[in-house]
Amino acid sequence: MDTEVLARIQFAFTVAYHYIYPPLSIGLGLLLVIFESLYLRTRKESYHLLARFWTRIFALTFGIGVVTGIVMEFEFGTNWAVYSRYVGDVFGSALAAEGIFAFALESGFLGILLFGWNRVPAWVHLVSTIGVFLGSMFSAIWIVVANSWQQTPAGFHIVGEGLDARAEITDFWAMVFNPSSVDRLLHVWLGAFLAGAFLVLSVHAWYLVKGRYVEISRQAFGIALGVATFFSLAQLASGHKSAEGVAHNQPAKLAAMEGHFKASAPADLYLFGWVDADSETVSGVRIPGGLSFLLDYDTETPVTGLRAFPKADRPGQVNAVFQFYHIMIGIGMLLIGLTLYSSWLYWRGSLFDKKWLLWIFVAAVLLPQIANQVGWFTAEMGRQPWVVYGLLRTSEAFSQVVTANQILFSLILFFLIYTLLFVLFLYLLNKKIKHGPYDEGNEADRPLTREISEVITGK
Amino acid sequence: METFLGLDYPTWWYLVVGGLFSGYAILDGFDFGAGAWHLFFKTEKSRRIALNAVGPVWDGNEVWLVIGGGALFAGFPLMYATLFSSLYIPFMLFLVFIIFRAIAIEFRGKEPMKWWRQLWDVAYSISSIMLAFLLGVVLGNVLQGINLGPDYQYQGDGFLDFLSPYALLTGATTLSLFMMHGAIYLLLKTEGRLYQKIRMLLKRGMIFFMVSFGITTLYTLLYIPHLSDDFKSQPALFLIPLLTFLSIANVPRLANRKRFLQAFVFSSLTIALMLVLVAVELYPVLLFSSQDPANHITIYNAASSTKSMQIMLTIVAIGGPLVLGYTIFVYRTFRGKVTLDETSY
Ligand code: HDD
Ligand code: HEM
Ligand code: HEM
Repeated sequence: MDTEVLARIQFAFTVAYHYIYPPLSIGLGLLLVIFESLYLRTRKESYHLLARFWTRIFALTFGIGVVTGIVMEFEFGTNWAVYSRYVGDVFGSALAAEGIFAFALESGFLGILLFGWNRVPAWVHLVSTIGVFLGSMFSAIWIVVANSWQQTPAGFHIVGEGLDARAEITDFWAMVFNPSSVDRLLHVWLGAFLAGAFLVLSVHAWYLVKGRYVEISRQAFGIALGVATFFSLAQLASGHKSAEGVAHNQPAKLAAMEGHFKASAPADLYLFGWVDADSETVSGVRIPGGLSFLLDYDTETPVTGLRAFPKADRPGQVNAVFQFYHIMIGIGMLLIGLTLYSSWLYWRGSLFDKKWLLWIFVAAVLLPQIANQVGWFTAEMGRQPWVVYGLLRTSEAFSQVVTANQILFSLILFFLIYTLLFVLFLYLLNKKIKHGPYDEGNEADRPLTREISEVITGK
Repeated sequence: METFLGLDYPTWWYLVVGGLFSGYAILDGFDFGAGAWHLFFKTEKSRRIALNAVGPVWDGNEVWLVIGGGALFAGFPLMYATLFSSLYIPFMLFLVFIIFRAIAIEFRGKEPMKWWRQLWDVAYSISSIMLAFLLGVVLGNVLQGINLGPDYQYQGDGFLDFLSPYALLTGATTLSLFMMHGAIYLLLKTEGRLYQKIRMLLKRGMIFFMVSFGITTLYTLLYIPHLSDDFKSQPALFLIPLLTFLSIANVPRLANRKRFLQAFVFSSLTIALMLVLVAVELYPVLLFSSQDPANHITIYNAASSTKSMQIMLTIVAIGGPLVLGYTIFVYRTFRGKVTLDETSY
């Protein structure tokens, strides 16, 4: 395989892997803030227990998020040298801001969040929890802004030519508020909230079917269900807004998402289907004129199709983009149905009698995760063949000096170590869940901490 | 070129990046050093204590790497791109060992079996050693220069290019420096027999460091003349190596008197001064080309635009005090914690 393909596989693999964890941290962060605020208001011990229990799981997702994130940061340089040179001037400020405002904020307060329960007043602890939560929200801001700039560049000019060409920033705020960043940031945040809420739902649903920690689990389930319902609905609106943006800014991507080939014609909306890129046809169940209607409230409005672009400027994997996009939307609709129905039952007071429904929630933790992944695959594969939309091609952006063998070597290493890391994650998660919310203190998370303080203090 | 307080923007950013990397080397340096000694501790209890001295801090220390890397990318994209792609293998190994170390720390205590703990102890120690060594190897390559052609494209070949004799030497020196630093850190955190044992180990560590540092210095003076040019032309700069030597000499002196907190300050200072030395030797070059001086990457040809630098320095100026502010807040909270612990246990 050639260097470009390998570099793309490696990047996709490592970033997709990274993206398992941050959404969980961001989403759990939100729930931690809710639980802890409730505790401060009501002083009910159960909220305190919930906050502490979910902090332990947060520590786990956060830790893995950090180590896998470090890989991402350096991979730009190792594998995408031409790209890094090209975008450095523009991305630089976003990344610098991220380092200072987000990562430093997170890690600064993390210590208090994890180890400070008995050592600081409750309100200081809440402030730290909010600090960590905001920090994780900020890290999403900068990295999504950088990625959005790549999708819809703004606030820059090009200097130099050929290999030396690079983008230089001319207007910081135009770069930050490029045409897609706000829509996409919202969408990413909401996706993260859903990931976190559904993890909480899943674990407490499992306790409920097993008849363990019933009281506290009902409380937690109710809260998380509220969060999940609200954000599932919001996600539809935000996704719709994103799609309008894509139609406007990246018409080739939109055409690929719906498998729309005709250069300019009313476009259908597929519920599901299969794209045959060779014959340029789609077979499946469709709503005629549906896409046109969604974009313009008129089923006759023409939409730019793939044939309007030279072959070299179309996404290479139309069917994949189409499928990923439809899986995301399918899951989005499913989440809306599931949460609305359950909220209605909850309101009627019969939710917790429905064991089958609780079992669905146990499994549903995977849905937002899958939607988050395929969402990114849609956005990123739909952007191809460009790394910086309309300006720099992926085929020109990888490190020219790195050989295919070197990438193969690192890819195998990452594959092995990430598998190990994933096993570790599941093992520890399982252990913490089995252990349950009751705990004498979060020292139990690091039993050695107690031992060392005993030794130090000679006890 | 536009300047700010008398220094041009690339120089300012050079200082920012240098400061961040020094912070990283000092902080994660003692983690690596402590980890490198790990297998010298024989009993289960000693190992747990040693691991715990590092346990609560290592992930916070890694943030410096993240921010430093970001700052390099932001300020000198050409350097970031060329350095990381040219030294692909060592950096990939570095990333893998960073993760591996995290796994080992987290996994070890989860099962009681002896073989299990032995396995992760070995993994932890080897990754710590390799991380320190690889940092040194990268530094060696930067100091010695790499085979950069026109367009700043790396023209070396093969998997193991990065392992020149000089890089091996700087790798060993970095490892030994961190081992000395880490041993002192451990001494601050331990008591009893383990403490005695580490004192003995520290002596060996200091010898290891002195020897490798001596050889590396000689090798540099003899074979890498471009690094001492600046000193010949500006004798005032000799102050820096002088300070470095004094700082180094202070470490064993204080260690002998069991004043480990001060020794720790001086081993930290040594790391910082050695990096200052490196920074002065390099400036304004970031990466030497062994082919042709025209292909050197310097802070000027690698720099982002002035506009970008201004934005970033503004960000640092706003964010820096903020970070400092809440870092102090956090440390104060924890200072309370430590005294509480010591009195309450
Ligand atoms: C700031 C930049 C940035 C950000 C925030 C992301 N990516 Fe990305 N992504 C890239 C910058 C990038 C890139 C460097 O530009 C790549 C490498 C090759 C390419 O074409 O674009 C890329 C490629 C790429 C590919 C391969 C596409 C292909 O080769 O066909 C996938 C599947 C993803 N990314 C997935 C993700 C996921 C799951 C992310 C969520 C965390 C993500 N990306 C965030
Ligand atoms: C290619 C893209 C990405 C890069 C280069 C990257 C880089 C990093 C780095 C270096 C870290 C470790 C920071 C630390 O030490 O605290 C990290 C962690 C993190 N990243 Fe990413 N990241 C990427 C994608 C994303 C995206 C898209 C999001 C947001 C949704 C995100 C959210 C986070 C969060 C919240 C953390 C903190 C750890 C955690 O909560 O799991 N990252 N990332
Ligand atoms: C409900 C209907 C949904 C619609 C109409 C929708 C629409 C979209 C669109 C158009 C994009 C591409 C944006 C771009 O390339 O610029 C996108 C990306 C994405 N979607 Fe969705 N989405 C929906 C549901 C979901 C759900 C439920 C999740 C996760 C829980 C999710 C997570 C993501 C993610 C992570 C991305 C990539 C980041 C981005 O480009 O914004 N989406 N979505």
